[in-house]
Amino acid sequence: MLKYLLRKEFKQILRNPFLPKLIFIFPFMVLMVFPWAASYEIKSLNMSIIDNDHSTYSQHLIQKVISSNYFKLTDVSSNYKQSLKSIENNTSDMILEVPKNFEKDISSGLGGKVMISANAVNGMKGGIGMAYLSSIIADYNVEIIQKLLPVSAGVNSIPTIKTDLFYQFNPHLNYRVFMVPALLVMLLTMLCGFLPALSIVFEKELGTMEQINVSPVPKTTFILAKLIPFWIIGFIVITIGFIIAWLVYSLIPAGHFYTIYFFAAIYILIVSGLGIVISNYASTLQQAMFIVFFFILVFIMLSGLYTPIDSMPEWAKWVAAFNPLKYFMDVMRSVYLKGSNTFQMTRQLAALVSFAVFVNIWAVLSYHKKN
Amino acid sequence: MKQLLSFVRKEFHHILRDRTTMMILLLMPIIQIILFGFAITTEVKNTHVAVLAPTNDEATRRITDKINASAYFDVVAKIHNTDEILPVFRDAKAKLVIVFEDHFAEKLRRTGTAHIQLIADATDPNAATSFSFYANNIIMDYQKELMAQNTIPYQIRPEIKMLYNPQMIGAFNFVPGVLGMIMILICAMMTSISIVREKEKGTMEILLVSPMKPIYIILSKITPYFVLSCVNFATIMLLSVYVLKVPIAGSLLSLVAVSLLYIFVSLALGLLVSTLTDSQQAAMLISGMGLMIPVMLLSGMIFPIENMPVPLQWLSNLIPARWYIQAVKTIMIKGLGITAALKEIAVLSTMSLVLIGISLKKFKIRLE
Repeated sequence: MLKYLLRKEFKQILRNPFLPKLIFIFPFMVLMVFPWAASYEIKSLNMSIIDNDHSTYSQHLIQKVISSNYFKLTDVSSNYKQSLKSIENNTSDMILEVPKNFEKDISSGLGGKVMISANAVNGMKGGIGMAYLSSIIADYNVEIIQKLLPVSAGVNSIPTIKTDLFYQFNPHLNYRVFMVPALLVMLLTMLCGFLPALSIVFEKELGTMEQINVSPVPKTTFILAKLIPFWIIGFIVITIGFIIAWLVYSLIPAGHFYTIYFFAAIYILIVSGLGIVISNYASTLQQAMFIVFFFILVFIMLSGLYTPIDSMPEWAKWVAAFNPLKYFMDVMRSVYLKGSNTFQMTRQLAALVSFAVFVNIWAVLSYHKKN
Repeated sequence: MKQLLSFVRKEFHHILRDRTTMMILLLMPIIQIILFGFAITTEVKNTHVAVLAPTNDEATRRITDKINASAYFDVVAKIHNTDEILPVFRDAKAKLVIVFEDHFAEKLRRTGTAHIQLIADATDPNAATSFSFYANNIIMDYQKELMAQNTIPYQIRPEIKMLYNPQMIGAFNFVPGVLGMIMILICAMMTSISIVREKEKGTMEILLVSPMKPIYIILSKITPYFVLSCVNFATIMLLSVYVLKVPIAGSLLSLVAVSLLYIFVSLALGLLVSTLTDSQQAAMLISGMGLMIPVMLLSGMIFPIENMPVPLQWLSNLIPARWYIQAVKTIMIKGLGITAALKEIAVLSTMSLVLIGISLKKFKIRLE
């Protein structure tokens, strides 16, 4: 029985003018274009400068700021108002204002000051820019102090802590390593979540569902026949992903491919099962589509795919704990970067298996042959 | 005109009689804006830290305490030798390991220099750069404190002003983004089936033999969804102001005007998909799946556009959400007038004209 149902499903997918294209071309396009998009690293901030002192010190300081890699000088303004305009137009991100008598105040021992304003609409960007700038000013300050302070006081009076930074697992901060697995998970979720949901509702709208309902096909067999094709599609998508990751981005998992295939097999069952549960309840394509869309967007946004889960409020972490995508994402990144094996990821395995069992039992139970 | 009105009424009936779908359309954005508005931030908070301090002294203790006290970090483990570092990362116990050299305080006092290693789990390079940066800053702070103790003259004090968002609240950055994303996806998905459904059901043929002009058909298809989207926009705005506490710093009127324009563009985009496809299934997949990834990644919502490679920056110009999010940030967060967002408005208007133009052109008035 299952054999014939499967043959029917495959025929329906293959003769559809749109689906086969979607399954092969969509992953390809996504993986070629979007891995380049992702970095919220702050590379260069545009700087507007106001120098009211025009002294050697102020010029040295400004020189030091713009010769650092972090800042790009966009304009030198004569007053704050003019500088603020450049922030309003988004042409600059920060303003550094050196007041009158800057040099005089420092050399007199009184201590000088500078004014920094940052565009903080993006709080993180503003904060990081502020910190970069402060550290450059502090560096310059040390130079001045060393120059002006009598030698007898000794350089040792300025304690310095040297920090060395190591990036474990991804020493060159390759963003492709971060993005490609993330996009692959996203593709898998979308294709294996949307398509099964649509396929059952499609039968409902066409009326063929009623024929199946009056046939002696058992519920479990019917659901299996709907699940298996998407399982295979999932494997195709993930294999396309591996090939592109290898050919285009020279990414090969540090762990084993079969670990990923193994976890993917469980994960696809979860999303496809969820798609089927939703389509059992929905009566039109539009409803099914919107509900699946809702869940997929929530899964993606609350998974740590692009933004860290650690920063979320406590309740959102709880929501995220019920997000299968989060666990699968963990697995992907761990296998690709840390080379983890199945035994090191038993927690994720347990979570994914329980989701799969729960969702698919629900899928069978929520499918009623009688109206 | 009378024709158009009765046609609009028909479209309203289509939507209003399907209660379930309407509830879904109205509730979905509410849940999403609340979930995402609170939960999505690129800031790193509460990063787990492990500390390796061979000599437990005044300085290492002070630095560890300072790190633990900051909102960015939680010190969760103390480890005792370098062999333990890798397992800490593998078991995901901590994302950052701080390694002090031995006799840290003594070296600092005697020679004036001491070393710290920061080892970050860079599986997520974005988070890794941010939190190692914050850790470095805290250590620098400690150094400054030491300096202040011996009151050295000739100091430069920076006076700091954070414009528009003095408390650096993440929601100020993300609410416009989430707003732009949800609106365009929902609007496009709603209208994308409108025409193709009539094609599938066969009622399109009846419309085509009627004296309705294509532009009327298109306008009347958009109108009810426009009303529905306005309701959605209003609820999202109320929620972001009263629940997410993102104030509207600029004029409400300008914000509404830009948003109406954006809704129109998004609906027109869905309509274009609808005229180009032959099945509801294809229309929904294109507008839902096809739009989701570009809007999420290229609109500047999560990843800043100025960091992208140039070809992707060009591509992002084609995403309406990019322009809308910029305009919302200008008006709502920076509190500038509508004149500051003229460029965005011009781009969005052009987009709406082009989209409607292509839809009209591709609208088949003959049977096949």
